[in-house]
Amino acid sequence: MLSARDLAPGLQRGWDDGSAVARLREELPGVVLEEDDFRRERTVVVRSESLADVLTFLRDDPDCAFDYLTDVTAVHWPAREQPFDVVYMLYSFSRNARLRVRAALGPEPKVPTAVPLWPAADWLERECFDMFGIVFEGHPDLRRILMTPDYDAHPLRKDFPLKC
Amino acid sequence: MSEMLQAGPRVERDGDRVVINMGPSHPSTHGVLRLVLEIDGEVVRSCTPEIGYLHRGFEKIAENKTWQQFVTWTDRMDYLAPLSNNVAYVMAVEKLLDLEVPPRCRCLRVICCELARISAHLLWLGTAALDLGAATVFFYTFQQRELLYDLYEQLTGARLTTSFVRIGGMARDIPDGWLENVGGFIDQVVPVIDEVEALLTRNRIWLDRTQNVGVLSKEDAIALGVSGPVLRASGVEWDVRKAQPYLDYDQYEFEIPYGTVGDVYDRYLVRIYEMRESAKIVRQAVDRIPDGPINADAPKIVLPPKQKVLTSMEDLIHHFIILTEGIQPPCGEVYHAIEGAKGELGFYIVSDGGPSAYRCRIRPAAFVNLAALEKMAIGQMIPDVVAIIGSLDPVMGEVDR
Repeated sequence: MLSARDLAPGLQRGWDDGSAVARLREELPGVVLEEDDFRRERTVVVRSESLADVLTFLRDDPDCAFDYLTDVTAVHWPAREQPFDVVYMLYSFSRNARLRVRAALGPEPKVPTAVPLWPAADWLERECFDMFGIVFEGHPDLRRILMTPDYDAHPLRKDFPLKC
Repeated sequence: MSEMLQAGPRVERDGDRVVINMGPSHPSTHGVLRLVLEIDGEVVRSCTPEIGYLHRGFEKIAENKTWQQFVTWTDRMDYLAPLSNNVAYVMAVEKLLDLEVPPRCRCLRVICCELARISAHLLWLGTAALDLGAATVFFYTFQQRELLYDLYEQLTGARLTTSFVRIGGMARDIPDGWLENVGGFIDQVVPVIDEVEALLTRNRIWLDRTQNVGVLSKEDAIALGVSGPVLRASGVEWDVRKAQPYLDYDQYEFEIPYGTVGDVYDRYLVRIYEMRESAKIVRQAVDRIPDGPINADAPKIVLPPKQKVLTSMEDLIHHFIILTEGIQPPCGEVYHAIEGAKGELGFYIVSDGGPSAYRCRIRPAAFVNLAALEKMAIGQMIPDVVAIIGSLDPVMGEVDR
């Protein structure tokens, strides 16, 4: 997947060089399923059962030090056996490196909350719940955030029509 | 009148605490933000923001429009800085395509982004000061924004919804005399910023209303994920333009202003200094903008000039395919962030190789910054909440999308 030359001039760099993923493989054997650096962006796909351990490790390990949660979001792949991807975008101030952590979830998606690790996850997880119906277990206030409270669908799922 | 009173209490009492509703159409909430405040006397004990009044489903729309069509929607996110939204989205698509745009285009994009930042900060300055009773400032800054809108109009043909940036370039080259006009604008806006600062920075009333109000510590700022001026005011010297440069920002000379206390006053000062730094960047860009093409040489991505479409068979074919089938990027996922006026504005795009995004996640800076409001408002007085909202500079178009 890696292009032969470096990225085109003017585009952004500053992603993890793979060292955090190597640490992850070393300390938590078996959790890493896949690793990718498409366009020099480091993505690590992990087992969803160990997501809480992975995120805690990535935040607390001094060689990883991902102290900043940029984003939490999801992607819906209805044809897959595990139709949801939950995606965490991490950043480390001390290493000036980003890392994307992804995990596949089943048709009734549930995942432990990241709010105790990064309070920033509060509204981001609420939006993800609102739009995709992913339940973040242990979230202090998992309510809809953009849609009305009585809304009965999750608009960013692929089976939600653009016109009603 | 009596029916209105029966329609439901606007004030609920719970012992000594009173729950009041602020917004969504309240002049100090800068759009349609609603807060549910629980107060004890005049002290805020809890603050629950309710958002979503301006939700238009942009991320869903992005999955149903071609790559290029979605640019028009980005205007309507942070509508105070539409040009930098255009740039943020288009650069994410260009990263997916691994497409290099010419140096002239990169330089023009820098000018656009920095003018957008000045425009957004001027609006923030006028309205945030107006909220606290300093009405004069509003007229100074809005007069300057009017001049900026004239510049936008000369360049893009539109004052607000610019939609000027194209994948692989710009809609057209710079019109004659525009760069001189930009230089002239910068020369006269900097003294106005100084003048406004003279009205506020050492003003006794302004200091009383802003200092030590809504303090956000460095640790809290990082934990809450805030970015942009809010993060910097809390003492984190971090700016996407410096930490992870794009568009050749590493070749411009500018400083990152940052605060020490993290109160409303620091956020005010950071934005004032940022406008001066943006003016510095614009001056450098205007001086050094290179000649050459404005669009990338990528016939399968960039539309050919109209004249060529009418005269050359090959260009006609490319034109037809781009407009009917759209461009065909590779499969993959990318994230590209810029330092927008509110903070880190990022686009996370998943492509399945089709003519539109499979998933287009907008990482909204204003949304994440607004989430920090609760932390800052608790323990403050009601009028301080007005000052804190102003200092967070939320724009509901970006918060709700």
